[in-house]
Amino acid sequence: MAEALTACVAAGGEDAPQLEVRDLSLRFGRGCPACLREAPAFEGNVCPACGTVHAVRAASLEVYPGEIVGIVGESGSGKSSLMRCVYFDEQATGGDVRARPFDGGERNLLDLSPQRKRAVRNQVFGMVYQNPHLGLRMGFSSLSNIAEAMIASGERNVGVMRARGEGLLERVSIPLARATCPPRVFSGGMQQRVQIAKALSANPPILLLDEVTTGLDLSVQAAVLDLILDIRRSSNVSMLVVSHDLGVIRMLADRTLVMLSGRVVEQGLTDQILEDPQHPYTQKLVSSLL
Amino acid sequence: MQQRYNFAFFDEASKREIRRAVLKGVCIPGYQVPFASREMPIGRGWGTGGLQITLSLIGRDDVLKVIDQGADDSVNAVNIKKLVCDTTDVDVTDDTARATLIQSRHRIPEQPLTSKQILVLQVPTPEPLRSFEPSEAATRVLHAEADYTGAWLELFDQIVAYDTTVTGADHPVMVNGRYVMAPSPIPRFDNLKLDQAENLTLFGAGREKKIYAVPPHTSVRPLDFEDYPFVRERFEGVRCALCGAEGVFFDELEDEATGEVRYQCNDTAFCAARRAQQREGDAAPDGAALGPAPDAALDSAPEDAPGEEPGEEAGAREVV
Repeated sequence: MAEALTACVAAGGEDAPQLEVRDLSLRFGRGCPACLREAPAFEGNVCPACGTVHAVRAASLEVYPGEIVGIVGESGSGKSSLMRCVYFDEQATGGDVRARPFDGGERNLLDLSPQRKRAVRNQVFGMVYQNPHLGLRMGFSSLSNIAEAMIASGERNVGVMRARGEGLLERVSIPLARATCPPRVFSGGMQQRVQIAKALSANPPILLLDEVTTGLDLSVQAAVLDLILDIRRSSNVSMLVVSHDLGVIRMLADRTLVMLSGRVVEQGLTDQILEDPQHPYTQKLVSSLL
Repeated sequence: MQQRYNFAFFDEASKREIRRAVLKGVCIPGYQVPFASREMPIGRGWGTGGLQITLSLIGRDDVLKVIDQGADDSVNAVNIKKLVCDTTDVDVTDDTARATLIQSRHRIPEQPLTSKQILVLQVPTPEPLRSFEPSEAATRVLHAEADYTGAWLELFDQIVAYDTTVTGADHPVMVNGRYVMAPSPIPRFDNLKLDQAENLTLFGAGREKKIYAVPPHTSVRPLDFEDYPFVRERFEGVRCALCGAEGVFFDELEDEATGEVRYQCNDTAFCAARRAQQREGDAAPDGAALGPAPDAALDSAPEDAPGEEPGEEAGAREVV
């Protein structure tokens, strides 16, 4: 069904995928003949023979222009690891990642030199982590945090960067009077919004959102989700959203992948996944939704 | 010379190892070369990096000058001179022109150096990206990939907060278009003296175990932004209260009793030489080509008499 859907979107949509991930895997340990087979005989993601942890196993996905793709799964299912591999925070063991906005999808990003990877991180992807401490420099002012990616891509004009930074802070509803404050002194919700502004600073065509609303109170959650939808509406950015919260996925994602033990076990339109789950794990996940 | 020691304190193998690091530094301008910093009879953080370079380079014919914060006769400078003299018997001088080897902290002498001279600077923090990235392993990768976002980001953060960069000293510089380097805590005033200099400048960080270099005729550009260009400290309309010099780096001195502020040359040897010349000029009337003469009122102040210790202006002198 997933293949049919992909083909349908590709044929009907005017554009090829912005981001294409094929057979991405992340493994901690050497692996052995027992666990490197196509369909290993054990459950979970730890090989009983050699102890190798298979964090991500042959995961594939694509994100089309302006589309939001969600990844759900329980803790330890490999959804964040998958995203961290795409963003080069983690070095993938194998696979193929292509980004159209970077080079037309010609090369596998995982084979690029460290400098080129840095350029991809700065110009193609915007990343928002669950923990703002990972995405922000807490001691630097909010404006400086936003300017970082611009400086990295060669901007050397303070006026230009300040104006763009203030525009972005306004967009995420942070008063300009706080623009020179370091995020250290902000509340969690404000930190998360600064992080989103930072991720948007270099106008990235692809946003990676890792559990953005986890740990925020409900009203702030709603504000952040509104902001994300607003960004999609106005900038036609493609997004990959990781969350264990089916409510967030229902609200944001057009298509959804379900991960379990490092594998993608099911994918399809979000409504389909939530209304008519096929895989036993998805059924359990959906039925446990309050 | 105290014969208990080898010439210049170190054994020859140690000197050779340090010279090898120096040579590598000269070959890759601005690159921090790790070296085995030796135990010294002075504490780390008190100029051991510079001292090790000085001791490894010095020969019997060298003439040594040591400056600390612009002064030849401050405690740290005197002690370093004593140690080198006791173990080498070389000549020491205050005269910048006569010195072949100049070890300095915080200043590059006012008098331009020549291709026959080597300047050795003592460095407290050789890593310009350290406050941005605490991990040494990570900063090495950043240098290797020439990713200097962090250095610019720090300047940007200062501009956001204060509308100007606030690097009082140690303003980061781009060397030879490749490596961003901490130029030791010399004031911004001296940064431009490194650019296309005639002399070799060596940087030694004893505590951090790094040596780096700016060879002669190398481009050294302070980092700055298009709309916030690099500026030196400004001393507009300021003259030295002792020798009348203008356009040099000044110490600001405040008379605690009267609250009166006056300035004098930070480079004491430069100031003393000018005053000596002026005295000769007074004796022979044709020596008038010495630049601005000191004010008569200042001449009459006996505590400013030439040859005296400079005022103890910098009570908060940090020693490196």
